[in-house]
Amino acid sequence: MPEIGWILVEAGVKAVFIVILILSAAAVSVYAERRVSAIIQLRLGPNRVGPFGLLQPIADVFKLFWKEDVVPKAADMGFHRLAPVISLGIAIAVYAVIPFAHYIEIGGTKYYFGIAPNVNIGLLYILAMTSVSVYGITLAGWSSNNKYSLFGGLRSSAQMISYELSMGLSLIGVLMITGTLSLNEIVLQQSGWGWNVFVQPLGFIIFLVSSFAETNRTPFDLPEAEPELVGGFNTEYSGMKFGMFFLAEYANMATASAFIVLVYFGGWQIPFDIGLGAGSIALALVQFAWFLAKVIFFILFFIWVRWTVPRFRYDQLMNLGWKVLLPLAILNIVITGVWIMIFG
Amino acid sequence: MSLTLLLFLILGVLSIASAIVTISSRNPVVSAMALVLHFFMLSGLYLTLQAQFVAVMQILVYAGAIMVLVVFVIMLLNLGDEKKLSEKWNIRRIVAILFAFVLAIQFISIYITNLPDAAFIPESAAFNGTVQAIGTDLFTNYLVQFEAIAVLLLAAIVGALLLAKRKIT
Repeated sequence: MPEIGWILVEAGVKAVFIVILILSAAAVSVYAERRVSAIIQLRLGPNRVGPFGLLQPIADVFKLFWKEDVVPKAADMGFHRLAPVISLGIAIAVYAVIPFAHYIEIGGTKYYFGIAPNVNIGLLYILAMTSVSVYGITLAGWSSNNKYSLFGGLRSSAQMISYELSMGLSLIGVLMITGTLSLNEIVLQQSGWGWNVFVQPLGFIIFLVSSFAETNRTPFDLPEAEPELVGGFNTEYSGMKFGMFFLAEYANMATASAFIVLVYFGGWQIPFDIGLGAGSIALALVQFAWFLAKVIFFILFFIWVRWTVPRFRYDQLMNLGWKVLLPLAILNIVITGVWIMIFG
Repeated sequence: MSLTLLLFLILGVLSIASAIVTISSRNPVVSAMALVLHFFMLSGLYLTLQAQFVAVMQILVYAGAIMVLVVFVIMLLNLGDEKKLSEKWNIRRIVAILFAFVLAIQFISIYITNLPDAAFIPESAAFNGTVQAIGTDLFTNYLVQFEAIAVLLLAAIVGALLLAKRKIT
């Protein structure tokens, strides 16, 4: 029992750290989104609260907390309350298997950077969680009892179901090469510059496009297309419930970036030798910073795409998912198989 | 009390409770969401038995794909008057209760004859539950069955496309 107690304490401490990290990352990316969009549109963006407007996210959160929480009379109260919790909860739950760095060794015990980075189903776990995250949006749309919300929810379900397929299939190429589902193992196999993106360029592109669709970001943000759906699935949400959807969206973006970095861009592996022993705290911190830098790069990429590319039409979206990405993903599996058969 | 037993009790109670909500709720959406919760609890139970792959597939396929479709259909159909759906007493109901009774007696008799004192998980379970072990089995011992299912699913997809593409006159 004491051993189990220690495992629980370790997991609990890590979980608290990760939740703080995700929430602050979400807040910072909201700020980054507003500043970058301002630069792209030749504006200044928020620059009044604190130096360079850096305290803007805190002001935003305060505003959301103090707002009145309006719930429509005809809404299904229980599900209306539950939907944002599901959205944010699942967005955070994904981080259970994400390794932030390798490990630090104290007194012969290895402490891994992540709650369960070595489980042999890490990749499938993330896919399972992203497939379940559609409930938050669907329930929000349905329980609001508003036609625009419902349309937003339905669109989002259709979109996520369609793009999940090509997302999962594009990862199979990586699985065939690495032969493992453990995220730490996949990262370990990409030592040096042996990033999977060089061996799986087609798979990477399919995965990238699908993750844009899965996170409901432009050019795939039809569930919340404001000109036709008011606000989409979150039309009837206000106050901190809206804030939770907002945080979940940015947390999902961070997850997608982390996932891309881990699977295709070498995760926390530092491509050159920096002369620090394995298991030392310094090396782990450098790995963590290196991983974080790559994740931030992809978050900025997500933002950049959002403010430069226009939204797809609904039929274009479905055609792209089913008639372009899905066949390409299957082609990628065939090519990888043939490659492994000849050269493997 | 070991962690496995504790987890088993929590997950077991919650899975039975959510199953009861699934079949007894009047609201179809509540019912569907209770079923999703039930799948999560089942997947947790699989994990305590070291069946990682089955556990994740339970969520990925059932909770993530099939139930999303069910929820989708419920929302589109928007079943209004649930009272009309309730059945009256008929022969079907009586037979169903009879069978449920027989099943209950069977369960009780099994439980009485061999009381489970401790959960027994063989040493090989940790390996047998992995994706590698299941994959190896699928592509060696059960290859014919696997391919047969693939053909069956393909036929089902073609059939679904045919139905969807048919012009409504």
